[in-house]
Amino acid sequence: MHIAEEQSERHVLSITVTNEAGILARIAGMFTARGYNIESLTVADISEDHQISRITIVTNGPPRVIDQIIAQLDRLVPVHKVSDLTENGPFVERELALVKVAGTGEHRIEALRLADIFRAKVVDTTTGSFIFEITGPTDKIDTFIGLMRELGLVEVGRTGIVGMVRGKA
Amino acid sequence: MAEMSGADILVQSLIDLGVEVVFGYPGGAVLPIYDVLYNHPKIKHVLVRHEQGATHMAEGYARSTGKPGVVLVTSGPGATNAITGITDALLDSIPMVVITGQVATHLIGSDAFQEADTVGLTRHCTKHNYLVKSPARLAHVVHEAFHIATTGRPGPVVIDIPKDVQVATAPFERPEVSSHVSYRPQVKADPADIATAVEMIAKAERPIFYTGGGVINAGPEATAALRELVELTGAPVTSTLMGLGAFPASSEKWLGMLGMHGTYEANYAMNKADLIIAVGARFDDRVTGRLDAFSPDSKKIHIDIDRSSINKNVLVDLPIIADAGSTLADLIAGWKTAGHKAANLSEWWARIDGWRAVDSLKYPADTTEIMPQHAIAGLFRATRGKDVIITTEVGQHQMWAAQHFHFDAPNKWLTSGGLGTMGYGFPAAIGAQMGNPDSLVICIAGDASIQMNIQELGTASQYRLPVKIFILNNEYMGMVRQWQELTYESRYSNSYSDSLPDFVKLAEAYGWTGIRIEGPQELEAGIRQMIETPGPVLVDCRVAKLSNCFPMIPSGAAHTEMLLDPGQVSGTMADEAKALV
Repeated sequence: MHIAEEQSERHVLSITVTNEAGILARIAGMFTARGYNIESLTVADISEDHQISRITIVTNGPPRVIDQIIAQLDRLVPVHKVSDLTENGPFVERELALVKVAGTGEHRIEALRLADIFRAKVVDTTTGSFIFEITGPTDKIDTFIGLMRELGLVEVGRTGIVGMVRGKA
Repeated sequence: MAEMSGADILVQSLIDLGVEVVFGYPGGAVLPIYDVLYNHPKIKHVLVRHEQGATHMAEGYARSTGKPGVVLVTSGPGATNAITGITDALLDSIPMVVITGQVATHLIGSDAFQEADTVGLTRHCTKHNYLVKSPARLAHVVHEAFHIATTGRPGPVVIDIPKDVQVATAPFERPEVSSHVSYRPQVKADPADIATAVEMIAKAERPIFYTGGGVINAGPEATAALRELVELTGAPVTSTLMGLGAFPASSEKWLGMLGMHGTYEANYAMNKADLIIAVGARFDDRVTGRLDAFSPDSKKIHIDIDRSSINKNVLVDLPIIADAGSTLADLIAGWKTAGHKAANLSEWWARIDGWRAVDSLKYPADTTEIMPQHAIAGLFRATRGKDVIITTEVGQHQMWAAQHFHFDAPNKWLTSGGLGTMGYGFPAAIGAQMGNPDSLVICIAGDASIQMNIQELGTASQYRLPVKIFILNNEYMGMVRQWQELTYESRYSNSYSDSLPDFVKLAEAYGWTGIRIEGPQELEAGIRQMIETPGPVLVDCRVAKLSNCFPMIPSGAAHTEMLLDPGQVSGTMADEAKALV
């Protein structure tokens, strides 16, 4: 017997929640408990009175599963609103990465040249290394990191994405 | 404003919320609360023998009265012992509030004595949970917890209260019940959807109502509305295990339970219908069988208060996210406004009568041994005309009870459907008896299940509760044995109930009356004696050991691949079927 798998699609969900103890565990735990995937997750409080946080989750699954994820999130008591940015039309997504690259000579110069093309900023430097700060959609950061791998990549830190629907509403 | 201790605030809040009974067990981390409950004039505390018992008692109380069940247990093992019952209440949508003691706030996280991360452990087996870190928050939390437990899709809510919060004081004022910032269950259906549903029902040639526990949770108005709508439309009704009693089994429109051990007519009617009206039911795997073969030619209307139940297992054509009672009332109004008359469904009913003629619940007669089905049928006959509440444990006896005991009213059938918890039935019977002192409460049990919470014999004795336990004793974990017979060529691995106690002597040791029924000629008299004997009675009814529960749709099979008798059992299954529960 073999276990069958279904075609998945990537969705970015934006969730506003009451900013209370355990809320992140409640959300992340719901994903594990029901066997859903989390590709990335960011959370920070977004209201003036610190009462509301926004959680951005990148997940993947067949459309049926995505619908279930939204319904399951929506019925958690502290969840105010769940928006499927992928479904709701064009949206902006950004993530930030710190990328440490070590090397000398041609490699070092090439790393700096590529960083310029990608509009990455140098936020730390020694004679043998750089830390670049880069923001952008996930695929841009993936590409940059891929290039740095050939030039002496040491380590990477990524925030996971935040997203927002384009336009007035 | 007067200052009160956290423990006083808790108990006052329970009184303000109309709580009369608390099922609990004391321990270090709840001593301040127990001191408030000492000889309390308004709140009756039922001392259980194990915390799991408390949770099932609260479930039985809730399911039979419609009021939330309340549990009080200590930290650590008190809380972890309660988890099975909490999960059971989540799966079966039972309103329950569980108050757990916790170590003092400054000790949390230090692996203190009897410390467990109760909110962490119960996060995914509750509808919601709280750790209350200040007595000033307590009254609000308790009121909110009851609101959440009892509204929308009901469920269990845990309130974890550190011991210092029980002792510390804060000003107390009865909180205003106001709407919640983010929790707002949708209870009213969209009028456009109601109109669409009415037209779909009016046009259907082969409609069927498929009802579940949600109809019972929606209260007596919902069950009354269901009866009226069925009368208006003339459509047949089937129900899940949890929904039994929402529609009278004595009605000619009743097809019996559907699903794995449902009737032939119910499952065939679902399979061949052109319209399914699902009300407060969630298309679970015990109901649908193989999904791609489940009612392939029907349109489906799904009325459910929980949006996550919609399209979870089966894609539906018209979802209506709302309370079952209010939606049924809207459908009745819509039906009448549109001036519809019941369609001529005689052709549909003729087909149903053909399936009924199969008589799928028949079982072989036996003159030397008691057939378990026969025992249930005897119990049903003997209790006719009495206000009877039946609880069950989990296994063959549960399915036989569902098939052969018939219910005409809601809240009279208490069983663990979703989680399938052995050990549920007996404590649930105690809880039901607490809430319904004048009812005849009978726990139909198996010899294995009853032992899972048999310590509660002492609880019933202590509170003089006249519950009856009727054990179908076949010396096996019968359903496990049945699956082993069907799937593993009768290799009965660990399913024999070895070293059974003498149940009669055990009952007597706890001050109960014990009765043994050994053969068919003793059955009727034994049942009568059980009913007529005052106080708690345990009956050890020895039944045929190797009876199987039929009809049965094997896991992963379609409704139309139902097994009706042992002759159809091959003794083995494909790996795909073996992998399903």
